[in-house]
Amino acid sequence: MVRRMSVAAPCKLKASDYKSGTKPVWCPGCGDFHVLASLTKAIAALALVPENLAVVSGIGCSSRIPAYLNCYGFHGVHGRALPLATGLKVARPDLTVICAGGDGDGFSIGGNHLLHACRRNVDITYVVMDNEIYGMTKGQPSPTTAPDWDSELAPGGTGVSPFHPLVIALASGANFVARTFAGDVKGTTRTLAEAIGHPGFSFVQILSPCVTFRPDQREWKNKVHPPPVTFTTDPAQAARRVMTDDGFNIGVLYKGSRDIYGQAVERNAEFERDLDAEFLV
Amino acid sequence: MTGQPGMSFSVALLGKGGAGVITAGDMLLAAAARCGLYGLMIRAVGPQIRGGESAALVRLSSVPVECLDDRFDVVLGIDWKQAEQLLSEIAVDADSIVVTDPAEDAVPHSIAASGAVLRQLEMKELAESVSGGRVNMVALGYVAGLAGISQEAIRHAIEKNIGRKGRQAVDVSVAAAMLGFSRSQRSAAPQTGGGQAGNRWMISGNHATGLGALRGGVRFAAAYPITPATEILEWLAPRLKDAGGTLTQAEDELASINMAIGASYGGVPSLTATSGPGLSLMIEGLGLAVCAEIPLVVVNVMRAGPSTGIPTKPEQSDFNAAIYGLHGDAPHIVVAPNSVTDCVYTTQWAVHLAEATQAPVIVLSDQFIGQAIVVADPVPAISFFTKRKVAEEIPEAFERYAITADGISPMPLPGTAGGQYTADGLEHSAAAKPSGIASDHSAQLDKRARKIADFDYGQHWADIEGAGELAILTWGSTASVVREALQRLPDKVTGRLKLITLRLLLPVRQEDMAAALDGVNRLLVIEQNHTGQLYRFLRAWYDLPADVDTVHRPGPGVFRPGEIATRIDAWCGE
Repeated sequence: MVRRMSVAAPCKLKASDYKSGTKPVWCPGCGDFHVLASLTKAIAALALVPENLAVVSGIGCSSRIPAYLNCYGFHGVHGRALPLATGLKVARPDLTVICAGGDGDGFSIGGNHLLHACRRNVDITYVVMDNEIYGMTKGQPSPTTAPDWDSELAPGGTGVSPFHPLVIALASGANFVARTFAGDVKGTTRTLAEAIGHPGFSFVQILSPCVTFRPDQREWKNKVHPPPVTFTTDPAQAARRVMTDDGFNIGVLYKGSRDIYGQAVERNAEFERDLDAEFLV
Repeated sequence: MTGQPGMSFSVALLGKGGAGVITAGDMLLAAAARCGLYGLMIRAVGPQIRGGESAALVRLSSVPVECLDDRFDVVLGIDWKQAEQLLSEIAVDADSIVVTDPAEDAVPHSIAASGAVLRQLEMKELAESVSGGRVNMVALGYVAGLAGISQEAIRHAIEKNIGRKGRQAVDVSVAAAMLGFSRSQRSAAPQTGGGQAGNRWMISGNHATGLGALRGGVRFAAAYPITPATEILEWLAPRLKDAGGTLTQAEDELASINMAIGASYGGVPSLTATSGPGLSLMIEGLGLAVCAEIPLVVVNVMRAGPSTGIPTKPEQSDFNAAIYGLHGDAPHIVVAPNSVTDCVYTTQWAVHLAEATQAPVIVLSDQFIGQAIVVADPVPAISFFTKRKVAEEIPEAFERYAITADGISPMPLPGTAGGQYTADGLEHSAAAKPSGIASDHSAQLDKRARKIADFDYGQHWADIEGAGELAILTWGSTASVVREALQRLPDKVTGRLKLITLRLLLPVRQEDMAAALDGVNRLLVIEQNHTGQLYRFLRAWYDLPADVDTVHRPGPGVFRPGEIATRIDAWCGE
């Protein structure tokens, strides 16, 4: 069962206090274990009160993450995590809302929602654990899979160009854009904490290897490297940088300062009476 | 019971887009209300976005009316440019008056052949005689005069409608209307003056739905525009804000239902509104709300289907989709308002049911109910004890989906210390952990079914009128037509008839129905769709009399009371 906390005097919690204790369904060696560790460390570093935090997801291996956390969670339907998180945050601006999922959930079936979540700029953080594959259904190509990757569903490869999530996020108006590598727990922790703390819609792509269906991704740890320069506040510069890099630059790419969507308003006490009056002829 | 034969007066105003017939119809209705009349207006439009022919179909009456009459007393064409398509729903006869402008084309053949009395009115010329005067105001004055509406009431209606445009605009419109008024003669219209100004409401079903939602406590709405449901959302947008709530425009219906689910998970009563194609997209989300036990109201303003169908015309053909559309065994609630004004009550009830049962409720309105505007008595506020069973104090070993006697489990809202859980569309244990275990699945299925089946729906499940060994069973907008049809039939027929209007379509109420059908030996089911969807549902789920008949036909034309009276009379005589 979940732990009981005092609202009045929240003690400083350790990262492990933010784990629910439920055993993940993930395969041994899955990058998502590192993401779970990084996320709990980031939440602990921010000293978030568990009951005031909600983690919302869709469907897929990585979308199982809310149940492994000690906070409020919602494991919804495939592809609709962002609308679920948006509704929750708009209705309950007092909560910290994190949305999490994989590349199939976020870029394929839920791709449209990504565009509009970036545009809308609700104050949520979207964490995509990108392993370039549908793992839960045992290895089909996703929107970020290379075109020549061979699989049962697409023998010889899809022949289709991969989707570039960071460029799309920038073009659509995300207010914070970063890429991290799951195995770099320290860097991912730092970036997640920064993303959660940044106002507006923060988008973090985490390269999270699927060792079961993409054993080649074990090499990612040797490929990733910090970017040659620091973040920018110019989305055009950020987009050019990320479109011309090798896909393994990690770190914060862009920080914006756009207005945030959906600030709550004060309730009007005269409200009920006004409603009836407007229909009178 | 509404309306009485012979006491109402029906007027159709036609004109090409921009001619302002809808505005004139609105003002006619408002002016009639000021004279103590009741009334109803629907707008009939062609498929064009702008510039096509449109018609305001207005019915005035000395008693409340909730449906159109069979025929029109007056048809006024500002022009007849593209009137043919609209005229199919505007019946005229030798007792009708057709008003035409000699400066425009001749009246269409179908009208000329009806034997209706033709009257010439130089609307264009009269309008031009007032600087800035408009033809639709001349038309308004003329038909208002025919209906016996006072000049003061016309002036008031114009003032109220366009007063924001300034004194000059009002004076010009009033002057043009008075020119039309001066040319008219009072015809056989209902007596005015019986009521008091200011004690009537003028409201559309879609606005009534919004009002019911707000009265019920909805404070979050997600919106994706779709005909004919958009006005619910547009009406709610500023008013939700005034109430301290929010409306968010979504990128599609998949997003809108999931936004509403997210907001409701956060503890805020939530709603979205759509029509057939949108409902199809929302079905997966409805299943999520069932499984995760999230209160939610989805208003589906039905239009003729399938697919894009006929977006501006009504049909009761989403019944099956609303009842059976969800995959898995997914207990939920479906309710239907049975008149324009009943949208207030039924939507408020829907919010109550959703909140109380932690389940999704579909409200099946339709294009007629939604977009018709009625002049009616104010709809009193009703208070339900609507309170979600929230877990405020979290005991040790708390279980979100605990197996309870009534199937309803206390729900912790985010922010409640110790209540942390993950709401899930995966089957789960009582403790909200994902589970594929048979005993968990059956326990949760039973619990979710029990909370819907055992809930106390009281007398709201159906409106029952009359008594006798014959019964008519209907729902939605068809109910108003049936009510009026029954008033037209002789006492020897209606004295044997009971009318059952279902408000609660799902879950089934076998015991209530058995009581309602006690002593009934023949049943007639009336609905507007191609396959008799309610009729087949009733046969599957209820014990019915051996003799059950069905009257069903699809849209786009709404049922008219004469048509239904004939069918009922014939059925009673069988």
